[in-house]
Amino acid sequence: MEIKVLRNIFESNIKQSDELKKIFKNKGTYVVNIMGSPGAGKTSVIVELIKKLKDELKIGVIEADCEGKIDAEKINSLGIPVVQLNSGGACHIEAASVDKAMNNFENWAFDLILIENIGNLVCPSDFEIGEDLRMVVLSIPEGDDKVAKYPKMFYTCDVMVISKFDVKDYFNYNMQRVLTDVQRVNPKMEVFPVSCTTGYGIDKLSKFIKDKIFEKKLS
Amino acid sequence: MHELSISENILYIVENEAHKHNLKRIKEIKIKTGEISDIIPENLEYCFEIISKGTVAEGAKIIVEKLPIKILCLDCGKEFTIKKKNLQCPECNSKNLKIIGGNEFFIESMEAE
Ligand SMILES: [Zn+2]
Repeated sequence: MEIKVLRNIFESNIKQSDELKKIFKNKGTYVVNIMGSPGAGKTSVIVELIKKLKDELKIGVIEADCEGKIDAEKINSLGIPVVQLNSGGACHIEAASVDKAMNNFENWAFDLILIENIGNLVCPSDFEIGEDLRMVVLSIPEGDDKVAKYPKMFYTCDVMVISKFDVKDYFNYNMQRVLTDVQRVNPKMEVFPVSCTTGYGIDKLSKFIKDKIFEKKLS
Repeated sequence: MHELSISENILYIVENEAHKHNLKRIKEIKIKTGEISDIIPENLEYCFEIISKGTVAEGAKIIVEKLPIKILCLDCGKEFTIKKKNLQCPECNSKNLKIIGGNEFFIESMEAE
């Protein structure tokens, strides 16, 4: 006997993500899901964004590291509330994990929540976690072939940050190749080259996010 | 790899449907996934085999059908089916495109007793 099913495999995650989106909308909170390989510089980008924006905006951070608390402590030392998610070796976080993390912030009223996803270019691409903006951080030392190798991640993201841009010349990095590959996979993607060492590009990226936050509050 | 998490989601839906239709055993599960997705069917079958042990879907065969990427050219207005990693209009070479298919991931049907 054949049974028609026609149900989306991610339906429970999508449902939970949509519920989170409603909550964040009501509170006027803008949420960024930050993805990328391990060591791409996700935490450094978060730290630089916090430094630029913390005087104007109320920021909260969710850190989903596979192991350790180092990144969470780094962010906490900037005076920013942070919840550490223990993924227990998982390869991505789901909307349910974010929901759980939010319960750990007491009476929260954030303008901006930055979520550092698990370091991985494949798995997080399938899961929305209530975010407004999907950001992938790709670093220069990883090479210029990542977009071609992991198209889905770049297809599902809105913004690509190319970190460690100060070492571009040492790695024979073909920026044109990356931009061409991005054009193929996701013509609408915004690209921000940055360096957390020299501060290059951080102003532009933080202004972009700030504009988005106000856009959301006005909508 | 998140094939494990995906398998759990599949099993959840399958058990739910089995309960709804009062089915005793699921023999086959037909899945459709878009070409954009990085799902490896062998990994999925392997993970599902492990987590479905002792459930209504134990031993069920997973059949994955890949759906092509479909684009709409925003310049010439035509729709096309294209090969992976080549997002360009075959007619006018425009890159001003909208992806309108190829990111699906759903359970189409199941064969049951
Ligand atoms: Zn065209």
